[in-house]
Amino acid sequence: MTAALQAVGLGKRYRHTWALRDCSLAIPEGRVAALVGPNGAGKTTLLQLATGLLAPSAGELRVFGAPPANRAEVLAKVGFLAQDKPLYHSFTVAEMLRYGARLNPRWDQAVADRWLERFDLPPDRRVGQLSGGQRTQLAVALALAKRPRLLLLDEPMADLDPLVRHDLTRLLMETVAAEGLTVVVSSHVLAELATICDYLVLLAVGRVQLAGDTEALLAGHKLLVGPRRDPPRAGPHQVVAASHTDRQTTLLVRVAGTVHDPAWAVHDVGLEQLVLAYMRHPQTTALPRPALAAVPPDATEVLR
Amino acid sequence: MIEFHLDRTSGVATYLQLVHQVKQALRLGLLGPGDQLPTAKDVVAQLGINPNTVLKAYRELERDGLVAPRPGQGTFVQQSLVSPSLAGTDRLQRALAGWVHDARTAGLTREDMTALFDRALRESEEGIA
Repeated sequence: MTAALQAVGLGKRYRHTWALRDCSLAIPEGRVAALVGPNGAGKTTLLQLATGLLAPSAGELRVFGAPPANRAEVLAKVGFLAQDKPLYHSFTVAEMLRYGARLNPRWDQAVADRWLERFDLPPDRRVGQLSGGQRTQLAVALALAKRPRLLLLDEPMADLDPLVRHDLTRLLMETVAAEGLTVVVSSHVLAELATICDYLVLLAVGRVQLAGDTEALLAGHKLLVGPRRDPPRAGPHQVVAASHTDRQTTLLVRVAGTVHDPAWAVHDVGLEQLVLAYMRHPQTTALPRPALAAVPPDATEVLR
Repeated sequence: MIEFHLDRTSGVATYLQLVHQVKQALRLGLLGPGDQLPTAKDVVAQLGINPNTVLKAYRELERDGLVAPRPGQGTFVQQSLVSPSLAGTDRLQRALAGWVHDARTAGLTREDMTALFDRALRESEEGIA
């Protein structure tokens, strides 16, 4: 199966700083993937590389099997909602849509009209007079009227009130259900991502730290609570995070099979808990079996 | 037809919440054989969750023989959870009430009993008991 987005050893350098390096991942088609990580981890850089707005400094990136840079037929399949929602403020809503229609060969005016109506955006209002939330709604309408097969959303919900946020989520998921498009959404609000994403990519200082099917990742990790055990070991299970009181030890582990040791009370973990544990321990990684080119063995050394 | 709701703070996986709500409706008789479940698209439009989550919940219910998909129409209830098990539940309910009575006489609090019950559940699930 072709991955919607595939990177092998991908890197991007700004002067002397690597914003992203040794990034290898494959997001399967039809998934809604969460792209998470601390500020400066390279989320925006990865998305901009996927749109072809940036060219890689190292490695390779493919969108539906082809490199996106300077390839009109690839770019026509990609919708991108940038963090700052770049729109022309002197245009009216209707003019902005006509502009979108001119530039995009797969443009669907019916889709644009339907979204405008559902968002209740007045066509003759100037973009500069819209609220921040309305501008996001317009940008979403533009991105979807392009009928992308891959939709990249960079912090889409940041300036939306809870109601608009919920409406937008519902409409996005409806579109996913109806058209099976692939979505990659970056966000800091993990609770929000938990119900919409079925794939997770966690970036840590420019590298992929955790990637895979959300359900599989959650099923593959457990929280173990038991009597104090220091150093924290849990048999064959890889310890991701550990905390102790004078009597008790709590471990978040990546399990290898069933936890048999009766000393541990075994609890399921949630997405937020899992991501936070990995973010606190950026040296720990959990990646799918290397279906892609192997990461060079000295890669971890370079970072230290 | 039933309408799903979502507790985003419960920590219970979303698809399990859907499964539980259907089973609950089947037990209470709100849903019976022949009734249709909301389509995946409707659930998605209402709750704003990943479509695969709904499909996963419905597959799980299908595996339990509770619902079945009809191509081009939707997913329909196959089996009720109301009557057949009622007699058995009655007996279990009485036994449990007796147990709770004994535990209270022995001085156990509600929290003590919950802890014991959870442990018994855990042990039986792990096949240790």
